[in-house]
Amino acid sequence: MSVTRRQFLTLTGAAAVAWEYLMADTPEQSPNYKMTDHWWGMLIDVTKCIGCGNCVRACAQENDVPEGFFRTWVEHYHVDDWHLENPVVESPDGGMHGFPVVAQGTGKDFFIPKMCNHCADSPCTQVCPVGATFTSPDGVVLVDEKYCLGCRYCIQACPYGCRFLHPTKHVAQKCTLCYHRITKGLTTACCEACPTGARQLVDLKNPKDPIHEFLRTHSVQVLKPHLATGAKAFYNGLDGSVR
Amino acid sequence: MKDAGHLLRIAALFGAGVLAFLGLRAYFVPHSFGQYGHYRGDAIAEIAALPIVHAGHQTCETCHTDIFEEKTKGKHAGVACEACHGPQAKHTTDLSIVPAKPDAAVLCAQCHGASGAKPKWFPQVDTKEHSGGLICTTCHRPHSPSLRGESK
Repeated sequence: MSVTRRQFLTLTGAAAVAWEYLMADTPEQSPNYKMTDHWWGMLIDVTKCIGCGNCVRACAQENDVPEGFFRTWVEHYHVDDWHLENPVVESPDGGMHGFPVVAQGTGKDFFIPKMCNHCADSPCTQVCPVGATFTSPDGVVLVDEKYCLGCRYCIQACPYGCRFLHPTKHVAQKCTLCYHRITKGLTTACCEACPTGARQLVDLKNPKDPIHEFLRTHSVQVLKPHLATGAKAFYNGLDGSVR
Repeated sequence: MKDAGHLLRIAALFGAGVLAFLGLRAYFVPHSFGQYGHYRGDAIAEIAALPIVHAGHQTCETCHTDIFEEKTKGKHAGVACEACHGPQAKHTTDLSIVPAKPDAAVLCAQCHGASGAKPKWFPQVDTKEHSGGLICTTCHRPHSPSLRGESK
């Protein structure tokens, strides 16, 4: 059986070389940015949102979002007296051009900016059959457009409706939390354009980030907490009617 | 030992199959797949390399120091330049691209036009009633929106 052993050893050697080749590491590409030092999220202060639509426009321009699709959008909620379970929600053009004037005193009205919640346990990344969408080591849910098949499974899986199929590229797209900006020390386009500070990019791994003090001192909620998605878009002043 | 021959042939066939699988896998699976998890590690760097469109107020402030100084004294101190002027990254690298002046008739009302859905603390006006049709910048300085002539 000495021949079989030689063959076996040869095969093991070849397999080891192949495995080495498969698992070959490439060095991290941006030297000043260490992914393991960050854990990104977003603070959305509903009490500060004026529904101007700046965030939606800035996002569309920054990320070349196709017309009629949104990586972030703003919803206008109207709750009539005690009808919390049946709010009237509108979002004309995603709130990109603002909202029609609302008369005072006809119930409760407010604006809710929405975007990808960059869930720590995101349903969308779990269903991808090819590994084209993933949570990066710094906590951002991203899509690999070169790898995406356009099967739309992730679009159905997202409980927040934050994904869409790009009409010409035929790949899933979503908010990248302006990954090309935050890795260079800039804030996201929506945060940059928000005039009232209703949106704040937060780094949960940075002990000096004011988010920690904010979370300690405010009643903060995430959307659909019962789904246990580990959402990292934290809403301050969120009304119970928001879906 | 006389039956070893066919075992060897099967083993060789199996070995060739394993090698073929490893070879094909190595060829088709991208190098960086599995670097951080079940995805292509290079995708992160590719997304991080996308072009920046909004330069960021820090960049604006390095040149437009006079406006920055005026702005920090007023109520618009917390409003970033590109919130009103739009994305200007191209302007920072090519000064021949001059940003268009925002239309005050449209822009100001987008934030300050009165609406029952806006939070009460936010300064809002019924523009027609407030100015009688005059453009906001007739009386207000946009970068520090107190009335023109006031010291602030």
